[in-house]
Amino acid sequence: MKKIINDGQNVVAEMLSGYLSAYSRYYERVGNSNAFTYKNRRKHKVSIVIGGGSGHEPLFIGFVGKGLADAAACGNIFASPNPELIMKTAQAVDEGCGVLFLYGCYAGDNMNFDMAEELCALEDIQTAHVRIWDDCASAPKERKETRRGIAGDVYVIKVAAAAADAGYPLDEVVRIAEKARDNINTIGLATSPGSIPGLDKPTFELGADEIEFGMGLHGEPGIERTKMQPAAQLVNRMYDELKKEMLLQAGQQIAVLVNGLGSTTLLELNIVYHELAKHLTADGLDVHDVEINQFCTCQEMGGFSITILKLDEELKRFYDTACYSPYYAREALA
Amino acid sequence: MKELNLQQTMDMLMEVCRAVIQSKQLLTEVDSNIGDGDHGIGMAGGMEKAKAALAEGAPFADINTLFKTTGMAMINTMGGASGIIFGSMFLGGLKGLEPITVLDGNTFTRMMRGALSAIKARGKAEMGDKTMVDALEPAVLAMEKLPDADWVTLMRAAADAAKTGVENTKMFVAKFGKAQYLGERAIGFQDAGATSVFIIFNAMYEFVRLH
Repeated sequence: MKKIINDGQNVVAEMLSGYLSAYSRYYERVGNSNAFTYKNRRKHKVSIVIGGGSGHEPLFIGFVGKGLADAAACGNIFASPNPELIMKTAQAVDEGCGVLFLYGCYAGDNMNFDMAEELCALEDIQTAHVRIWDDCASAPKERKETRRGIAGDVYVIKVAAAAADAGYPLDEVVRIAEKARDNINTIGLATSPGSIPGLDKPTFELGADEIEFGMGLHGEPGIERTKMQPAAQLVNRMYDELKKEMLLQAGQQIAVLVNGLGSTTLLELNIVYHELAKHLTADGLDVHDVEINQFCTCQEMGGFSITILKLDEELKRFYDTACYSPYYAREALA
Repeated sequence: MKELNLQQTMDMLMEVCRAVIQSKQLLTEVDSNIGDGDHGIGMAGGMEKAKAALAEGAPFADINTLFKTTGMAMINTMGGASGIIFGSMFLGGLKGLEPITVLDGNTFTRMMRGALSAIKARGKAEMGDKTMVDALEPAVLAMEKLPDADWVTLMRAAADAAKTGVENTKMFVAKFGKAQYLGERAIGFQDAGATSVFIIFNAMYEFVRLH
């Protein structure tokens, strides 16, 4: 595997060093740790802290900024940040209005953030958390709290941060973040594996002519492995899963995220939406907004995911506000 | 030998660190069969940090701080699930424990019971889930059957029980980690976390046997 790295042990620290010095006008590192804050964050509000394993960029580093999270704690590659780092990150942005942790639902993240909240309690920092579990291929609906968090993180962070910026108190920001989380689902498809920088081994094996529906970002097995098919058929299958899962009905207002997993090109991702739009129109869905890019990746993993957010008036209000980070920016929507 | 003093306890923990670091390759191989293959790197990295923290922190005022230093070093270096779980093996028994400068077998047994409870509460794993609990719980039970035992007897029993526990994990499907998605295909392979628990208790046994 040809990776543009130095020592595999230092990839996260060196990545952050590059990012934070390039964008030093926006960001400040927390000590010399693998965490940073947004300098111009609004004061006297609930603070939003995000985090998780590194290697999924632009998530999480690209979702700290104006109208986005106030800080991120970055773990090693595909491993949760540790409790002390998370606590120090929270401490760096706490305004006395409480800190909300947003992270993907994985055993390691859950345990480390839980312990971080215990450490925060010792420092008199009020905290809450919302675990994101949008991947509907990772467990049945009855066990949704064991599902994994993937590209749906983007919407939860965006909406919760806007609610915090609007001055809502902690319990209300939690309610809104949970409402967003409970109205988001994602399904992915893998065409080829990613890898851990510094290890010469792919995260999983997939035949040259095979794809897998529902495969996790770290190679967790999905729901079906088949031969490669044209985009229309792939999207067809994925949309069916989402429609069934989310009980999508005509007139429902939605936002759509088409996310590349790493090596899949924008050309391909736009063809995905070309196909998806046909289904959305045919089913009479009211598409409020669409974004097509790489948001949540796994190094050079091939494939894509489709995320749908069901909007109501309240969620739309927070969805529509402007936001900016070097990797995620949009104007206010009318 | 019924009691370890502060220095002996520190030496024992250093021996645990060395044993785990030396097992990096073994743990990597065991974990590669059914997991991410990063358990050896993680455990060795955590124990390197713990060893350094123990060396830097000396002299210590009490045994509680020795265990706390070891546990926190692991948690704050390793990250992920195994950092918390193995850190808790050293931290979890300290709650409510008055500062001590002498460690007897009964106190150590109580500490390991506390650690087991903390780990099960945090990780939600039970016996038979193919995790480190499958080695730790039998070790604690074995020690609890030997009140007032000398250290060598106690640690031999703990290491033996942990070893049997590791063997038993081969029969189970996994409920956690990447191996959970393998279902029946995980049968026949031992759990890497349980293997680490055996290495830890075995290093303690070797230490007390030679002292």
